[in-house]
Amino acid sequence: MKKQNDLLSYLIPALIIGFSLGARFSGFELGERLLTNLGQYLKTLLLLLPPVFILIGLFEVWVPRKTIEKHFGESHGSSAWFWLMLLSATIVGGLYVSLPLAYTLYQKGTRLRLVYGFLGFSTICRIPMTFFEASFLGLKFTLIRYAIALPLIIISAMIIEKMTGEGKGN
Amino acid sequence: MRFLYPIAIIVLIISFFANKTKTWQAIRLAWKKLSSILPRFLTMISILAVISLIFPVDKIGVILNQNSNWLGLMLALGIGSIIFVPGFIAYPLAAVLLENGVPYYIIAGFTTSLMLVGFASLPIEITYFGKKTAILRNISGLVISLLIAIAIGFIYGEF
Repeated sequence: MKKQNDLLSYLIPALIIGFSLGARFSGFELGERLLTNLGQYLKTLLLLLPPVFILIGLFEVWVPRKTIEKHFGESHGSSAWFWLMLLSATIVGGLYVSLPLAYTLYQKGTRLRLVYGFLGFSTICRIPMTFFEASFLGLKFTLIRYAIALPLIIISAMIIEKMTGEGKGN
Repeated sequence: MRFLYPIAIIVLIISFFANKTKTWQAIRLAWKKLSSILPRFLTMISILAVISLIFPVDKIGVILNQNSNWLGLMLALGIGSIIFVPGFIAYPLAAVLLENGVPYYIIAGFTTSLMLVGFASLPIEITYFGKKTAILRNISGLVISLLIAIAIGFIYGEF
Protein backbone atom coordinates (compact mmCIF):
# COMPACT_ATOMS: atom_id res chain seq x y z
CA MET A 1 0.00 0.00 0.00
CA LYS A 2 1.29 3.39 -0.94
CA LYS A 3 1.72 6.00 1.75
CA GLN A 4 -0.87 8.61 1.09
CA ASN A 5 -0.40 12.29 1.28
CA ASP A 6 -2.81 13.16 4.08
CA LEU A 7 -3.38 16.72 2.97
CA LEU A 8 -4.21 15.67 -0.58
CA SER A 9 -6.46 12.78 0.39
CA TYR A 10 -8.60 15.03 2.54
CA LEU A 11 -8.65 17.82 -0.03
CA ILE A 12 -11.33 16.44 -2.38
CA PRO A 13 -13.80 15.52 0.39
CA ALA A 14 -13.09 18.80 2.21
CA LEU A 15 -13.71 20.83 -0.95
CA ILE A 16 -16.93 19.02 -1.83
CA ILE A 17 -18.31 19.00 1.72
CA GLY A 18 -17.30 22.64 2.17
CA PHE A 19 -18.95 23.59 -1.12
CA SER A 20 -22.13 21.69 -0.18
CA LEU A 21 -22.37 23.38 3.20
CA GLY A 22 -21.61 26.77 1.65
CA ALA A 23 -24.28 26.30 -0.99
CA ARG A 24 -26.75 25.01 1.58
CA PHE A 25 -26.38 28.03 3.85
CA SER A 26 -26.45 30.49 0.98
CA GLY A 27 -29.86 29.04 0.22
CA PHE A 28 -29.03 27.03 -2.91
CA GLU A 29 -31.06 23.86 -3.34
CA LEU A 30 -27.97 22.25 -4.89
CA GLY A 31 -26.21 22.21 -1.51
CA GLU A 32 -29.14 20.49 0.12
CA ARG A 33 -29.15 17.74 -2.53
CA LEU A 34 -25.37 17.24 -2.32
CA LEU A 35 -25.59 16.89 1.45
CA THR A 36 -28.45 14.38 1.14
CA ASN A 37 -26.37 12.32 -1.30
CA LEU A 38 -23.32 12.50 0.96
CA GLY A 39 -25.42 11.45 3.95
CA GLN A 40 -26.80 8.44 2.12
CA TYR A 41 -23.39 7.22 0.98
CA LEU A 42 -21.94 7.87 4.43
CA LYS A 43 -24.71 5.73 5.93
CA THR A 44 -23.83 2.89 3.55
CA LEU A 45 -20.17 3.12 4.55
CA LEU A 46 -21.04 3.06 8.25
CA LEU A 47 -23.21 -0.01 7.72
CA LEU A 48 -20.49 -1.87 5.85
CA LEU A 49 -16.98 -0.81 6.75
CA PRO A 50 -16.70 -1.45 10.52
CA PRO A 51 -17.89 -5.09 10.39
CA VAL A 52 -15.97 -5.75 7.16
CA PHE A 53 -12.71 -4.47 8.66
CA ILE A 54 -13.31 -6.40 11.90
CA LEU A 55 -13.68 -9.57 9.82
CA ILE A 56 -10.52 -8.67 7.87
CA GLY A 57 -8.65 -8.14 11.16
CA LEU A 58 -9.80 -11.51 12.47
CA PHE A 59 -8.82 -13.14 9.19
CA GLU A 60 -5.35 -11.59 9.49
CA VAL A 61 -4.65 -12.93 12.97
CA TRP A 62 -6.29 -16.35 12.66
CA VAL A 63 -5.44 -17.55 9.16
CA PRO A 64 -1.77 -18.51 8.94
CA ARG A 65 0.18 -17.10 6.01
CA LYS A 66 1.44 -20.60 5.21
CA THR A 67 -2.08 -21.90 4.56
CA ILE A 68 -2.81 -19.11 2.10
CA GLU A 69 0.57 -19.46 0.40
CA LYS A 70 0.10 -23.18 0.00
CA HIS A 71 -3.30 -22.95 -1.68
CA PHE A 72 -3.21 -19.53 -3.32
CA GLY A 73 0.50 -18.81 -3.69
CA GLU A 74 2.90 -19.14 -6.60
CA SER A 75 2.08 -22.78 -7.32
CA HIS A 76 -1.67 -22.74 -6.78
CA GLY A 77 -3.90 -25.31 -8.44
CA SER A 78 -6.82 -24.46 -10.69
CA SER A 79 -9.27 -25.08 -7.82
CA ALA A 80 -7.93 -21.87 -6.25
CA TRP A 81 -9.96 -19.91 -8.82
CA PHE A 82 -13.07 -21.81 -7.76
CA TRP A 83 -12.61 -21.13 -4.04
CA LEU A 84 -12.05 -17.43 -4.65
CA MET A 85 -15.19 -17.41 -6.78
CA LEU A 86 -17.14 -18.84 -3.86
CA LEU A 87 -15.61 -16.31 -1.48
CA SER A 88 -16.45 -13.47 -3.85
CA ALA A 89 -20.10 -14.59 -3.97
CA THR A 90 -20.44 -13.64 -0.31
CA ILE A 91 -19.28 -10.06 -0.86
CA VAL A 92 -21.85 -7.36 -0.23
CA GLY A 93 -21.76 -3.77 -1.37
CA GLY A 94 -19.31 -3.77 -4.22
CA LEU A 95 -15.73 -3.16 -5.25
CA TYR A 96 -15.06 -0.89 -2.31
CA VAL A 97 -15.66 -3.86 0.00
CA SER A 98 -13.75 -6.44 -2.06
CA LEU A 99 -10.72 -4.12 -2.51
CA PRO A 100 -9.54 -4.14 1.14
CA LEU A 101 -10.24 -7.86 1.31
CA ALA A 102 -8.28 -8.48 -1.90
CA TYR A 103 -5.37 -6.50 -0.50
CA THR A 104 -5.40 -8.62 2.66
CA LEU A 105 -5.33 -11.79 0.55
CA TYR A 106 -2.37 -10.36 -1.35
CA GLN A 107 -0.51 -9.50 1.86
CA LYS A 108 -1.07 -13.05 3.07
CA GLY A 109 0.74 -14.39 0.03
CA THR A 110 -1.98 -14.86 -2.58
CA ARG A 111 -0.61 -14.73 -6.10
CA LEU A 112 -1.53 -11.49 -7.87
CA ARG A 113 -3.49 -13.05 -10.71
CA LEU A 114 -5.73 -14.75 -8.15
CA VAL A 115 -6.16 -11.43 -6.35
CA TYR A 116 -7.23 -9.76 -9.60
CA GLY A 117 -9.45 -12.75 -10.34
CA PHE A 118 -11.08 -12.38 -6.95
CA LEU A 119 -11.72 -8.69 -7.61
CA GLY A 120 -13.29 -9.51 -10.95
CA PHE A 121 -15.40 -12.33 -9.52
CA SER A 122 -16.62 -10.08 -6.73
CA THR A 123 -18.11 -7.78 -9.36
CA ILE A 124 -20.06 -10.53 -11.13
CA CYS A 125 -20.78 -13.36 -8.66
CA ARG A 126 -22.29 -11.56 -5.67
CA ILE A 127 -25.28 -13.59 -4.49
CA PRO A 128 -27.82 -10.81 -3.77
CA MET A 129 -26.96 -9.08 -7.03
CA THR A 130 -27.34 -12.32 -8.99
CA PHE A 131 -30.79 -12.91 -7.50
CA PHE A 132 -31.91 -9.41 -8.34
CA GLU A 133 -30.62 -9.73 -11.86
CA ALA A 134 -32.20 -13.13 -12.53
CA SER A 135 -35.57 -12.08 -11.16
CA PHE A 136 -35.74 -8.77 -13.01
CA LEU A 137 -33.96 -9.59 -16.28
CA GLY A 138 -34.44 -13.35 -16.50
CA LEU A 139 -32.30 -16.38 -15.72
CA LYS A 140 -31.16 -16.63 -19.35
CA PHE A 141 -29.61 -13.15 -19.12
CA THR A 142 -27.77 -14.06 -15.92
CA LEU A 143 -26.49 -17.37 -17.32
CA ILE A 144 -25.14 -15.73 -20.49
CA ARG A 145 -23.42 -13.06 -18.42
CA TYR A 146 -21.80 -15.63 -16.16
CA ALA A 147 -20.74 -17.86 -19.06
CA ILE A 148 -18.95 -14.98 -20.78
CA ALA A 149 -17.64 -13.06 -17.79
CA LEU A 150 -16.06 -15.88 -15.77
CA PRO A 151 -13.48 -17.04 -18.34
CA LEU A 152 -12.78 -13.45 -19.39
CA ILE A 153 -12.12 -12.44 -15.77
CA ILE A 154 -9.58 -15.27 -15.42
CA ILE A 155 -7.89 -14.44 -18.73
CA SER A 156 -7.72 -10.71 -17.95
CA ALA A 157 -6.36 -11.42 -14.45
CA MET A 158 -3.52 -13.41 -16.04
CA ILE A 159 -2.85 -10.66 -18.58
CA ILE A 160 -2.80 -7.93 -15.93
CA GLU A 161 -0.39 -9.99 -13.82
CA LYS A 162 1.92 -10.35 -16.83
CA MET A 163 1.71 -6.66 -17.70
CA THR A 164 2.37 -5.37 -14.21
CA GLY A 165 5.05 -7.86 -13.24
CA GLU A 166 4.55 -10.61 -10.68
CA GLY A 167 5.36 -9.89 -7.06
CA LYS A 168 5.01 -6.15 -7.19
CA GLY A 169 2.11 -4.22 -5.75
CA ASN A 170 2.48 -1.45 -8.26
CA MET B 1 -26.32 -5.40 4.57
CA ARG B 2 -27.42 -5.02 8.18
CA PHE B 3 -26.62 -8.67 8.83
CA LEU B 4 -22.89 -7.89 8.64
CA TYR B 5 -22.83 -6.41 12.14
CA PRO B 6 -24.31 -9.52 13.81
CA ILE B 7 -21.93 -11.77 11.83
CA ALA B 8 -18.88 -9.70 12.78
CA ILE B 9 -19.96 -9.59 16.44
CA ILE B 10 -20.60 -13.34 16.63
CA VAL B 11 -17.23 -14.15 15.04
CA LEU B 12 -15.58 -11.62 17.36
CA ILE B 13 -17.12 -13.28 20.45
CA ILE B 14 -16.02 -16.75 19.32
CA SER B 15 -12.55 -15.41 18.67
CA PHE B 16 -12.50 -13.72 22.07
CA PHE B 17 -13.22 -17.00 23.87
CA ALA B 18 -10.59 -18.79 21.82
CA ASN B 19 -7.84 -16.23 22.36
CA LYS B 20 -8.15 -12.82 23.98
CA THR B 21 -4.76 -11.49 22.89
CA LYS B 22 -5.33 -12.42 19.27
CA THR B 23 -8.77 -10.83 19.31
CA TRP B 24 -7.46 -7.50 20.63
CA GLN B 25 -4.73 -7.70 18.02
CA ALA B 26 -7.40 -8.23 15.34
CA ILE B 27 -9.39 -5.22 16.54
CA ARG B 28 -6.29 -3.02 16.58
CA LEU B 29 -5.39 -4.24 13.11
CA ALA B 30 -8.92 -3.60 11.85
CA TRP B 31 -8.78 -0.03 13.14
CA LYS B 32 -5.32 0.56 11.70
CA LYS B 33 -6.37 -0.69 8.28
CA LEU B 34 -9.67 1.16 8.29
CA SER B 35 -8.26 4.48 9.44
CA SER B 36 -5.45 4.41 6.90
CA ILE B 37 -7.83 3.96 3.96
CA LEU B 38 -10.66 6.12 5.32
CA PRO B 39 -9.64 9.33 3.51
CA ARG B 40 -9.95 7.44 0.22
CA PHE B 41 -13.43 6.29 1.16
CA LEU B 42 -14.38 9.88 1.93
CA THR B 43 -13.01 10.85 -1.47
CA MET B 44 -15.13 8.13 -3.05
CA ILE B 45 -18.40 9.25 -1.45
CA SER B 46 -17.65 12.89 -2.27
CA ILE B 47 -17.15 12.00 -5.92
CA LEU B 48 -20.30 9.85 -5.83
CA ALA B 49 -22.35 12.66 -4.30
CA VAL B 50 -21.42 14.93 -7.21
CA ILE B 51 -21.91 12.21 -9.84
CA SER B 52 -25.37 11.28 -8.59
CA LEU B 53 -26.26 14.96 -8.67
CA ILE B 54 -25.39 15.04 -12.38
CA PHE B 55 -26.92 11.62 -13.15
CA PRO B 56 -29.89 10.99 -10.88
CA VAL B 57 -31.54 7.59 -11.37
CA ASP B 58 -34.55 8.96 -13.28
CA LYS B 59 -32.25 10.85 -15.67
CA ILE B 60 -30.27 7.67 -16.39
CA GLY B 61 -33.54 5.99 -17.38
CA VAL B 62 -34.35 8.82 -19.79
CA ILE B 63 -30.88 8.79 -21.38
CA LEU B 64 -30.90 5.02 -21.93
CA ASN B 65 -34.47 5.17 -23.22
CA GLN B 66 -33.74 7.74 -25.90
CA ASN B 67 -30.75 6.18 -27.56
CA SER B 68 -30.55 2.75 -29.08
CA ASN B 69 -27.83 1.27 -31.28
CA TRP B 70 -24.15 1.96 -30.76
CA LEU B 71 -24.53 5.42 -29.29
CA GLY B 72 -26.95 4.01 -26.72
CA LEU B 73 -24.53 1.21 -25.88
CA MET B 74 -21.62 3.61 -25.47
CA LEU B 75 -23.72 5.85 -23.21
CA ALA B 76 -24.83 2.82 -21.20
CA LEU B 77 -21.21 1.70 -20.73
CA GLY B 78 -20.06 5.22 -19.88
CA ILE B 79 -22.80 5.95 -17.36
CA GLY B 80 -22.51 2.45 -15.86
CA SER B 81 -18.78 3.00 -15.34
CA ILE B 82 -18.99 6.27 -13.48
CA ILE B 83 -22.14 6.04 -11.38
CA PHE B 84 -22.73 3.86 -8.35
CA VAL B 85 -26.20 2.42 -7.88
CA PRO B 86 -26.85 -0.63 -5.70
CA GLY B 87 -28.37 -3.70 -7.37
CA PHE B 88 -31.75 -3.33 -5.70
CA ILE B 89 -32.20 0.00 -7.51
CA ALA B 90 -30.37 -0.79 -10.76
CA TYR B 91 -32.18 -4.03 -11.69
CA PRO B 92 -35.76 -2.81 -11.15
CA LEU B 93 -34.81 0.25 -13.24
CA ALA B 94 -33.42 -2.08 -15.92
CA ALA B 95 -36.69 -4.08 -15.91
CA VAL B 96 -38.71 -0.90 -16.42
CA LEU B 97 -36.44 0.14 -19.29
CA LEU B 98 -36.90 -3.29 -20.91
CA GLU B 99 -40.67 -2.85 -20.76
CA ASN B 100 -40.26 0.52 -22.44
CA GLY B 101 -38.51 -1.17 -25.34
CA VAL B 102 -34.85 -0.55 -24.50
CA PRO B 103 -32.94 -3.49 -26.04
CA TYR B 104 -31.30 -6.15 -23.90
CA TYR B 105 -27.78 -5.30 -25.10
CA ILE B 106 -28.02 -1.74 -23.80
CA ILE B 107 -29.35 -3.00 -20.47
CA ALA B 108 -26.46 -5.49 -20.36
CA GLY B 109 -23.90 -2.78 -21.09
CA PHE B 110 -25.32 -0.65 -18.31
CA THR B 111 -25.72 -3.24 -15.54
CA THR B 112 -22.43 -5.01 -16.29
CA SER B 113 -20.23 -1.92 -16.44
CA LEU B 114 -22.04 -0.69 -13.34
CA MET B 115 -20.62 -3.67 -11.45
CA LEU B 116 -17.29 -4.26 -13.22
CA VAL B 117 -15.98 -0.72 -13.54
CA GLY B 118 -15.65 1.61 -10.57
CA PHE B 119 -14.63 5.15 -11.43
CA ALA B 120 -15.39 6.53 -7.97
CA SER B 121 -13.54 3.70 -6.19
CA LEU B 122 -10.39 4.29 -8.30
CA PRO B 123 -8.68 6.30 -5.49
CA ILE B 124 -9.10 3.27 -3.21
CA GLU B 125 -7.99 0.81 -5.87
CA ILE B 126 -4.91 2.90 -6.72
CA THR B 127 -3.91 3.13 -3.05
CA TYR B 128 -4.01 -0.66 -2.70
CA PHE B 129 -2.72 -1.89 -6.05
CA GLY B 130 -1.05 1.03 -7.79
CA LYS B 131 -2.11 3.19 -10.71
CA LYS B 132 -1.19 0.85 -13.54
CA THR B 133 -3.01 -2.17 -12.16
CA ALA B 134 -6.09 -0.16 -11.20
CA ILE B 135 -6.40 1.40 -14.64
CA LEU B 136 -5.74 -1.90 -16.45
CA ARG B 137 -8.32 -3.72 -14.35
CA ASN B 138 -10.98 -1.09 -14.97
CA ILE B 139 -10.26 -0.99 -18.71
CA SER B 140 -10.51 -4.78 -18.88
CA GLY B 141 -13.80 -4.53 -16.97
CA LEU B 142 -15.06 -2.12 -19.59
CA VAL B 143 -13.99 -4.42 -22.42
CA ILE B 144 -15.64 -7.43 -20.74
CA SER B 145 -18.85 -5.40 -20.31
CA LEU B 146 -18.78 -4.49 -24.01
CA LEU B 147 -18.27 -8.13 -25.03
CA ILE B 148 -21.11 -9.28 -22.79
CA ALA B 149 -23.41 -6.61 -24.23
CA ILE B 150 -22.55 -7.67 -27.80
CA ALA B 151 -23.08 -11.36 -27.01
CA ILE B 152 -26.42 -10.58 -25.32
CA GLY B 153 -27.44 -8.58 -28.39
CA PHE B 154 -26.68 -11.49 -30.70
CA ILE B 155 -28.30 -14.15 -28.51
CA TYR B 156 -31.49 -12.10 -28.10
CA GLY B 157 -31.52 -11.45 -31.84
CA GLU B 158 -31.17 -7.69 -31.56
CA PHE B 159 -28.37 -7.19 -34.09
